[in-house]
Amino acid sequence: MSKQWYKSGAWLAAMLFSAGAGAETQFNMTPGVTDNAHRAYDLHMAAVWICGIIGAVVFGAMFYSIVKHRKSVHPKPAHFHENTLVEIVWTVIPVLILLGLAIPAVKTLVAMEDTRDADMTVMVTGSQWKWHYKYVDADGKDLSDIGFYSLLSTPRDTFENYGGKTTEKSETYLKEVDKPLVIPTGKKVRFLVTSEDVIHSWWVPAFAVKKDAVPGFINETWTKVNEAGVYRGVCAELCGKDHGFMPVVVKAVSPEEFQTWVADTRTAMAEAKKAAEADVDRVWAMDELMKKGEEVYLKNCSACHQATGAGMPPTFPALAGSKIATDKAQIPDHIGRVLKGKGAMPAFGAMLSDMEIAAVITYERNAFGNKTGDAVQPKDVKAAR
Amino acid sequence: MSAVIHEHDHHHDDHHGPAKGLTRWLYTTNHKDIGSLYLWFAFTMFLIGGLFALVIRAELFIPGLQLVKPEFFNQMTTLHGLVMVFGAVMPAFTGLANWLIPMMIGAPDMALPRMNNWSFWILPVAFGMLLSSLFMDGGAPNFGWTFYAPLSTKFGPPSTDYFIFGVHLMGISSIMGAINVIVTVMNMRAPGMTYMKMPLFVWTWLITAFLLIMVMPVLAGAVTMMLTDRHFGTSFFDAAGGGDPVMFQHVFWFFGHPEVYIMILPSFGIASAIIPTFARKPLFGYASMVYATASIAGLSFIVWAHHMFTTGMPLAGELFFMICTMLIAVPTGVKVFNWVATMWQGSMTFEAPMLFAIAFVILFTIGGFSGIMLALAPADFQYHDTYFVVAHFHYVLFPGAIFGTIAAVYYWLPKWCGRMYSEKLAKIHFWWSIIAVNLTFFPMHFSGLAGMQRRVPDYAIQFADFNMLSSIGAFGLGIGQLFFFYILWKTIWGGKAPKATAQVWEGAEGLEWTLPSPAPYHSFTEPPVVK
Repeated sequence: MSKQWYKSGAWLAAMLFSAGAGAETQFNMTPGVTDNAHRAYDLHMAAVWICGIIGAVVFGAMFYSIVKHRKSVHPKPAHFHENTLVEIVWTVIPVLILLGLAIPAVKTLVAMEDTRDADMTVMVTGSQWKWHYKYVDADGKDLSDIGFYSLLSTPRDTFENYGGKTTEKSETYLKEVDKPLVIPTGKKVRFLVTSEDVIHSWWVPAFAVKKDAVPGFINETWTKVNEAGVYRGVCAELCGKDHGFMPVVVKAVSPEEFQTWVADTRTAMAEAKKAAEADVDRVWAMDELMKKGEEVYLKNCSACHQATGAGMPPTFPALAGSKIATDKAQIPDHIGRVLKGKGAMPAFGAMLSDMEIAAVITYERNAFGNKTGDAVQPKDVKAAR
Repeated sequence: MSAVIHEHDHHHDDHHGPAKGLTRWLYTTNHKDIGSLYLWFAFTMFLIGGLFALVIRAELFIPGLQLVKPEFFNQMTTLHGLVMVFGAVMPAFTGLANWLIPMMIGAPDMALPRMNNWSFWILPVAFGMLLSSLFMDGGAPNFGWTFYAPLSTKFGPPSTDYFIFGVHLMGISSIMGAINVIVTVMNMRAPGMTYMKMPLFVWTWLITAFLLIMVMPVLAGAVTMMLTDRHFGTSFFDAAGGGDPVMFQHVFWFFGHPEVYIMILPSFGIASAIIPTFARKPLFGYASMVYATASIAGLSFIVWAHHMFTTGMPLAGELFFMICTMLIAVPTGVKVFNWVATMWQGSMTFEAPMLFAIAFVILFTIGGFSGIMLALAPADFQYHDTYFVVAHFHYVLFPGAIFGTIAAVYYWLPKWCGRMYSEKLAKIHFWWSIIAVNLTFFPMHFSGLAGMQRRVPDYAIQFADFNMLSSIGAFGLGIGQLFFFYILWKTIWGGKAPKATAQVWEGAEGLEWTLPSPAPYHSFTEPPVVK
């Protein structure tokens, strides 16, 4: 991704800040890597220049007046207080300028909203606080077996700097995910955007694509990426506690590489499925379950229930000492809760394997002082699905 | 004998001066007392809302979460917005209306004095309730001041119900205040004070009052639907029950966009009073100012969905709202040109009210420029929900609504309390504020354009420089307003401030300047004659 300075003439004040800013500081909107992003950028720059020129004229007149028409210089004020011609002129001129801006804006908008004739379709689903990508089809071929969640990969340790802790933060801090969305360049990709819980907004600045994910409704948008690369965006609509921690990463690759990626992904999925089946058949030792469970817990559960299991009552209940996580009779309820969710608790059944769920439940029943000694096995989870 | 004298004294008080003690303020029906209550309440809320803003800016000073948890951060952004909009700006304007409208139109008081008392005393209750939610289980509302469903309905904390009741009370208060303004202006103008002779502050407030009574009930409807969705099994905003979360946004912004103008039109009136005074030249284009204000108010009802370009509106809707929004630039431009033309060839001096008024015109116009940019839907896809929007609305609100109010306070304070503030200190306050306000909000344009989204407690390191500048500016801005309090305290209660004349300002015109300073407890007991 280019890190050059984007110069914008109208924001003269930018210069004021340049002394304190690092070499990678970006002041302006990205011109992006799609035709639509270029058009949005051009429109933005046109508006910047027009506003800059109007500002220079109006503020110029004002400062001229402040200097020349002050009492010490200009003791006798004039007394005019209206002039119909002038007033008509400065009503009509702005109308014409706005018309000049509106015409390209309308053309761009019409182009951006034209989602017809897409080469491929991807379903984008937001939920607190992750994205799910499901491929629908590409060039007429069914891809609906491919789908995955995409989570922030910056560890919580890196951004939770309470108590004077400092951590090394990389260039991609908070803008990196475990599995990016992969799309081919040069193809019109249609996105169907929706949500499972609250409103999110899927935004990739380099594509000039920002579309709200509304629960119960499907919005359409599209992009056609000109250059291969990794493009980073964020969830733009306030969606709760971890709104700032659900980035969007899209990797655009050549159509050939995309085919390879599809084949590789399918192979990997088949292997994972086989491994998951093998996991179910095996009886796991306590320490294996605990080790895997802690890993799964920190990635998926600790945002709400906290690393300590203390939760954040009343919204996010504590697991430490809670009935469901300590009472033997409630093991089936515990499994059911993780699989199917309840209220604000999301369902993890589709997201985690039987082994992962068994491990995390075992972890929850034996960590944070919950010393139940219960070891839940993957086959128990499979049976509960 | 002494009893008789006592009764006589009491009688005397009733007619010629305020009662004493706490009950004076609790029971008062006097427009000046109520105006002062509103203004001090607004100032208190301004400091509380500012404190919330400083929690936000402290957390954003450097990347990483250092001070507060994300869920508390969201409570701060929510309460900052609600307190500033409903607790600081709106009551400040109502306070100014109370003090000034009767004096400006030659009336003895507001038309509905008891309702006036009630509309004020509802507010401390409403905000007590809203702020108490900070101490409840689950914390305060955390879904932003726009409280979009379903984040606020299905996922809101238990305190959301206190928020709903609080908003209802604020709405009732605003509607009563607005009715009072309309009834006063329509019925109590002095003989000869025709509509087209009214000062622009009265005009802009009259129009604001109409906006208020049209949109506050819509807000009440939105929160009521929220309440029934939360507790009584309805599904107005839940697709699973046949509702639509986006409909919430339509209802909210049908209130919200006129609300934006409610928070700026009275400032237009203030600038239109102050600039002619210090230019020693009549306001340019009085009639066009009135028509422009009315046009802005009218247009405010047909532009609401420009806040919602990314929600998946049909193309036709996007086009309509884009074009209508761009049109607002025309009457707004007329107003700015008129202010510049008023200054042109005047004989200007630059006392504190004039400085704040000029800063208002310039910085509000910068906020207007980013407003035109935001109106362009294709570009808005990039700006929406970023710090560019935060920069935009703070440019129209801080230098717009707040500087307007500060200018008004300096301008009319000598009339209110009979004493002159210190020009030297006020100028320090001005220069300090103007630097701090730009340091706080200008870098937000850049962080937004570079891709930083709103309402996040942490950010990518590329935004670190801009955020640090904004945070430094914000703390400066906060300190500057404590200094403002010191200036006010010194002027009103310090005892050493020089006495003001009735005229106060050489170039001031209008009925309020014909009254002595301080203005008598009852403004015009005999209607003045307006030529």
